[in-house]
Amino acid sequence: MSSAAMDHGHSAGGHHTSLPIDNRKLAIWTFIGSECLFFATLISTFLIYRGQSVSGPGPKDIFEVPLVTGGTAVLLFSSFFVVMALNGAQEGNRKKLLTWLSLTVLCGMFFAGMQVYEFMHFYHLGLGYSTNLFSASFYTLTGFHGAHVTMGTLWLATLLKDAIKGNLPPEKSLNLEIAALYWHFVDVVWIIIFPVVYLMSLGN
Amino acid sequence: MAAEHAQHDEHPHASAAKYVQVAVILFVLTALEVVLYEICYGGLAPSMAGLSSQLEPWFVELLLFLSFWKFWFVAMFYMHLKFDNKVLSALFGFSLVIAFVVIVALLILFIYNRGLWWQTGQW
Repeated sequence: MSSAAMDHGHSAGGHHTSLPIDNRKLAIWTFIGSECLFFATLISTFLIYRGQSVSGPGPKDIFEVPLVTGGTAVLLFSSFFVVMALNGAQEGNRKKLLTWLSLTVLCGMFFAGMQVYEFMHFYHLGLGYSTNLFSASFYTLTGFHGAHVTMGTLWLATLLKDAIKGNLPPEKSLNLEIAALYWHFVDVVWIIIFPVVYLMSLGN
Repeated sequence: MAAEHAQHDEHPHASAAKYVQVAVILFVLTALEVVLYEICYGGLAPSMAGLSSQLEPWFVELLLFLSFWKFWFVAMFYMHLKFDNKVLSALFGFSLVIAFVVIVALLILFIYNRGLWWQTGQW
């Protein structure tokens, strides 16, 4: 193998492409791009079936704006908490990292818990998965989002464990940055779901 | 080598103060969304009937407008697109365009199949 080829190989092993971007970062952005299409189809399905259910209960019978608004605020704050944690990781400020990352994980757990409570509440009000078109599209869309929140929470929890053990020094802060990008994406999806699914469904 | 790479990837991200500013903006925009709903259809509608009747025809457009800015602030500042390599912005922007086209195409297709909504006036 020529020296140039070996250099190239070494560079690829060091997580770099010909672009001045770490390939892990490029990969997470590509993944986020594919996730945009995934959620686009689910949101489209929800909008297509909007107002098409022939039997109840419908959104106006079951949605509770205060609960969902609380969940939305928690998710938005968690995005703020995770950038502060990243800021701490990049500065090498362990206390800042641990505090903000712990808060982020707690917010993730709260949001997932809120969604479980909401689903159980709706089920007891008679809205099963196959009750009507609204229920099927609603549970599928928000359920997949909830699954993403759960995965993100677990991911951040593993990084919190690393941080507690002192295994997340500034030179490894990219690990947190990549998880944070995924977390922010989950947040921006909710930024669309909250008005489109909840508020618009309650309007006329 | 690792240090070189680490240095290579560093981009000047926003300061903690900027993150706080963005958090406040996001909170205010979310509050505006809820207040808009309350004025148009919720508990504030009876007491603010005049404003409610003016805002109601624009309810969806206003919600989408507020959501767009929330999305923009998170993407630009929290996801660091404003500071990172523009290739990442292009990658994300391209995906969003395709996603938007998918939504519009599916809506048009299914609404068309429901019977020419522009003639019936109903979705």
